[in-house]
Amino acid sequence: MRLAKATLVWAALAAAICVPIAAAAASPLLAWRGPLYILAGFAGIIALGLALVQPLLIAGYLPGLSAYRGRRVHHWTGGALVLAVLVHVAGLWITSPPDMIDALLFASPTPFSPFGVVAMWAIFAVALLALLRRRLGLRTWRIVHMSLAAVIVAGSVAHAMLVEGPMETISKVALCALVLAAAIKVMADLVRRMRATSRGESLARQ
Amino acid sequence: MTTVVLNRRNLLAAGGSILATGISGLLLPARAQGLAPTDSMAGGANNYRKGAPIVERIGKGGFWMSGTVRRAGDGAPLAGQRIQIWAHTTEGQEHEPQSHGATLTNENGAFRLEMPQIIPIFGQPHGHLAYDSGEFKTVFLRPVMRSAKDNSLEAHFVLQPA
Repeated sequence: MRLAKATLVWAALAAAICVPIAAAAASPLLAWRGPLYILAGFAGIIALGLALVQPLLIAGYLPGLSAYRGRRVHHWTGGALVLAVLVHVAGLWITSPPDMIDALLFASPTPFSPFGVVAMWAIFAVALLALLRRRLGLRTWRIVHMSLAAVIVAGSVAHAMLVEGPMETISKVALCALVLAAAIKVMADLVRRMRATSRGESLARQ
Repeated sequence: MTTVVLNRRNLLAAGGSILATGISGLLLPARAQGLAPTDSMAGGANNYRKGAPIVERIGKGGFWMSGTVRRAGDGAPLAGQRIQIWAHTTEGQEHEPQSHGATLTNENGAFRLEMPQIIPIFGQPHGHLAYDSGEFKTVFLRPVMRSAKDNSLEAHFVLQPA
């Protein structure tokens, strides 16, 4: 029974990420794009998929991974997310420098660009702060990371939803909905736990 | 026959232009008399190649880019004006020379150039147009297609003296 549940959870996660990638790979638009532009686009889809994996890992929702292992993998997946965003931006920059420079300077005519750029900076900020998290203290780190994670998730989903590109609509909406749902669930649980802890601390002080 | 399409986009655009005209009319009473010049659009000049040749058609065609060129103030049509057009199409990327071409306006200030099908690029199906001949102030436009399946697109210029 437990094995069946574990298989189901992993299969659902694999499908949530692989179906949008496969659907985009079948897009007729790819025929008119160069390899670097295609790579940059898929790096973006992969980054969106990793944004789904991240909260599930840290909350321990993925069967077979202990809390410790889940946290270790969360760090590595975070690194992969930074790398995917770098490939996405660099690939698009080389494909059309003026369009990418406009986006980074918040001067782009496309409504989705600022959402993506804000999410990008938030991802870089989390990655940098993660290296300093021991100095921040657990409570500060959690608040900072959660706030930035909310910006990343909201920004990435808005960015992806507004882009008209090779992603197929239904699989894109489904992935975006799952990214939002996972982030909201994990953050709500963490906020509840942090409140319980601080209540416990104030009770202990009395 | 002209069909009037009443959808959210048109209503928003119409409402927005009424609002914009009303407000600018209040703020700039001197300009309210005449036709206001078109401003360049954000990103309009991206991947522009100055001096693309005047062509009968860009590539194999199949998609129509059309529009008008008028003078700011009195709105008089401007004939013989050179308009350059480029886009990411089924035959090439935006920056590539074969994706660029120019045409001249007729005696009614209208232009029309056949080009390959425009496809979505950088997240939006859009074209680029430029007036950059010196007599009037340079204007770069970047119209967006309502649907990536459209096979025509329009852009209109109102030019002011340089």
